[in-house]
Amino acid sequence: MLGLTKKDFTMFIVVIVMVALAPFLLNPFPQGSSLAQMFNAGYPDLMQRFVIFGILVIGFNILFGLTGYLSFGHAAFLGVGSYSAVWMFKLLGMNVIPGILLSMVVAGIFALAIGYVSLRRSGIYFSILTLAFAQMSYNLAYSVLGNPASNFNLTNGETGLQLLLTDPRILGQSTTPDGSLPVTNFFGIAMRDSYDLRMGDWLFTFNAGYYLCGVIMLISFYISIRIFRSPFGMMLRAVKSNQQRMNYTGLNTKPYTLAAFVISGIYAGLAGGLLSSMDPLAGAERMHWTASGEIVIMAILGGVGTLIGPILGAGFNEYFKNILSKINDSVLHQWLGFLPDGIEDFLVTIIHPFVGKGWHLTLGLLFMIVIIFLPGGLVQGGQKLGRKISGRSRRDAAKAAEQSKSAAE
Amino acid sequence: MDQIILQFLNGLDKGSAYALIALGLTLIFGTLGVVNFAHGALFMIGAFCAVTVQRILTLSTVVEDPTKTDFLGNPSKISTPYVESWFGPETGAALIDWSVPLAIVFAIPIMVVLGFIMERGLIKHFYKRPHADQILVTFGLAIVLQEVIKAFYGANPIPTGAPEVFRGSFDFGVLIGFDPNAIIYPYWRMVYFAFAAVIIGAVFAFLQFTTFGMVVRAGMADRETVGLLGINIDRRFTIMFGIAAAVAGLAGVMYAPINSPNYHMGMDFLVLSFVVVVVGGMGSLPGAVLAGFLLGILEAFASMNEVKAIFPGIDQIIIYVVAIIIILIRPRGLMGRKGVMEE
Repeated sequence: MLGLTKKDFTMFIVVIVMVALAPFLLNPFPQGSSLAQMFNAGYPDLMQRFVIFGILVIGFNILFGLTGYLSFGHAAFLGVGSYSAVWMFKLLGMNVIPGILLSMVVAGIFALAIGYVSLRRSGIYFSILTLAFAQMSYNLAYSVLGNPASNFNLTNGETGLQLLLTDPRILGQSTTPDGSLPVTNFFGIAMRDSYDLRMGDWLFTFNAGYYLCGVIMLISFYISIRIFRSPFGMMLRAVKSNQQRMNYTGLNTKPYTLAAFVISGIYAGLAGGLLSSMDPLAGAERMHWTASGEIVIMAILGGVGTLIGPILGAGFNEYFKNILSKINDSVLHQWLGFLPDGIEDFLVTIIHPFVGKGWHLTLGLLFMIVIIFLPGGLVQGGQKLGRKISGRSRRDAAKAAEQSKSAAE
Repeated sequence: MDQIILQFLNGLDKGSAYALIALGLTLIFGTLGVVNFAHGALFMIGAFCAVTVQRILTLSTVVEDPTKTDFLGNPSKISTPYVESWFGPETGAALIDWSVPLAIVFAIPIMVVLGFIMERGLIKHFYKRPHADQILVTFGLAIVLQEVIKAFYGANPIPTGAPEVFRGSFDFGVLIGFDPNAIIYPYWRMVYFAFAAVIIGAVFAFLQFTTFGMVVRAGMADRETVGLLGINIDRRFTIMFGIAAAVAGLAGVMYAPINSPNYHMGMDFLVLSFVVVVVGGMGSLPGAVLAGFLLGILEAFASMNEVKAIFPGIDQIIIYVVAIIIILIRPRGLMGRKGVMEE
C-alpha cells in the first residue's frame, strides 16, 4: 500500500498511530501527581521537540545511515533554516508555510554548496570539512552577520533573531490591535493553540503546532522509507559498502552522494524552520558544533541505517534529557526515603552528579555504552532482546528456513 | 611595523597551544591510526591539574580571631594555608605563588596514567572498527570527561594566576628600537612559548635520538614488519599514547594563567587543533608544529583592525578557510607523507 511493502506499511501505520495518540501515550499519570511531574511528557513544547528532532535525525540518517558519510556540521543547516523562517515571519507575515518553504530552500542551497565542496573528500576529511564549514557559519552568524550596529544585520548576533513590533510583515500585520506581537499561525490556526481534554484526573493537551509538526514528520518519514527502498537508496548503500568498486564499474557516485547530502540538508532546514515556527526566535547556538554532535548522538542512540531508529533516538534523547534534568536532590530523597538514612544519603550523593544539571554526563555515558556494545543502537538492542525472549521462535524460523532450502533442492 | 611585530608575537602563544595539541593528536594518529576526539579534553584536564594543585596548596586552617570582629560583629576568621604553617610563611607563600609551574610535576604522571587507561581500557578495542566509530567513541569520552570536571569544579572559569614575577608585561619594543609602550608583551606568554618550544624539542629529540624513539618511528612507517622482528610494538604505542596525553596536559597546565580554565575549553581548542593537524598533514609531526604556529600567527594577523576593515569577520573564519583550501587542493597537507590518508 502507498507503494510500501507490507512490513513497512505496518510500521508506518504504527508510527502514525503513535504520533496521533502521543498526547495520551505521553501522559500516563494523572495530572498533579508526583509521578506526572516527573514522567509525563505530554506538554506541547516537548512533543513538538520530539517530532522536530525526529525530522532532523531522519534526514541525517539518509546521509550517514545510507552512505556512511559522517557529517559533523549538520547543525549549520538547522540554524540556517531557523533564521530563514524567522526572516519570513519578519518580512512577509506570520503564516508558517512560507517560512517553512523558505527554510527548506535556503538550507537546500546551502547544503548544495557545502556538499559540493565537502564531498570531494571522504572519511575523516569529510567530517572535518563539514565541521569547519559549520563552525565558520556559526562564527559568522555570531559576529559579523549579527552586528546590530551595521546595516547588514542578518542574525542579530548573541541576542538571536527575534520578531519586533516594527517589522514590516507586508502580508500580515506588524502588531495586533492590542499592540503586541502577532503569533505564528497556519492559515489562521495559531501554533500555540491547544485543546485541553479533561478525563477524570487526567489532562490531555492537543496542540495545533504539534499536530502540524507531526503531519510533516510523517510525510518526511514516508519519503525516507521510499528513499530507503528505492534504487537510489540501494546506490547509496553500495557507496557505503565499497565506493571504489562503484567507481571501477564506471559509475560516478558523486551525484548520488551529493543528492543524499542535499536531501538531508533540506530535512535539517525543515526542522529548523519548524523550530522557528513553534517559537519565532533563532540563535546562533543552534549552529554550534556541539549541536551537530547531538544530532550524531541521537542518530547513534536510535540506530543508524534503520528506518525507525532516528525517531526512537530523537525521542529517547529528548525524553531523558527532560526527565534527568528534572530530578534533583529532594526528589531523590523522596524516592529513596524507605532506606535507612545513612544509605539514603550515600546513594543520593552517588547519583547526584548524574541528574539535574548533570544530565549531560548520563547521556554521554549512555552514548559511549551504545557505541561500544550496541553499534546498531536501540533498534539492535530491541532485536537482540526480542530474539532472547523468543528463543523458540528463532529455532522455528531456522527450521522453516531449512525446510524451504531442502524443498528448493 | 610595530603592529606587525605585535601580532606576530600574539600569534606565537596561541600557535604554541595549537602546536602542542596538534603534536599529541598527530602522535596518536601516526602510531595508532586513531582519530582522538578526546584530545581536547586531555588539554582541559591538564589545565584543571593546575587548578587542583593550587587548591591543594591553599588548603587552610581557619582560626577565629576573637580580638577582631567584622562589621556584623562576628569574630573575623584568619585562614592560614597548611604549607605556610609547615614551611614557614615565606616558603609557603612562594609555593602557592608558584603553583602553576609546580603543577607540571604533578600533571605528568597523572596524564600519562590517564593516557594508558584510555588506550588500554577503551581505544584498544576500536582499532578494527571503522574510523567513524573511533571518532564517535572518543567524542563520547570527551563529553564524559568534560562533564565529570564540571561536576567537580563547577561551570565557571577558575582564575589561576601565574607566579608574581611573570605577571607583568615586557616592553619588547624598546629592545629593538621602537618607542616605549609600542610593543608590550606579557611575560607569561613568553614563558609559554619557550615552554612549548622545549616540549616540542624534547618530543622530537626523544623520537630521533633514543632507541625507543627509533623503534616507534619504524613502527609508524611499517607496523607489521616491526612486529615481525619480534618487537612488542603495541606496548610502545601505548606508551606513546601516554606521552601524547602528557603533552596535551602540559599544554593545558601552562595555559591556565592565560585563559582561566573552564570545563569546555578543551572542546574549543579541539576543533581548531583538528584543523591544524589536517593543514599540517595527517601523521606528520613537523607538519603539525609548523601548521600550529602558522595558523596561530595567521589568526593574529587577521584580527588586526586594518585587515578586518577590508574583510569583515575574517578573524573568525581565517583558520577554517585555510583548512578548506588545503584539504581541497592538497589533501595530504603541507608536510604530509605521500599515501597517508590522501583520500
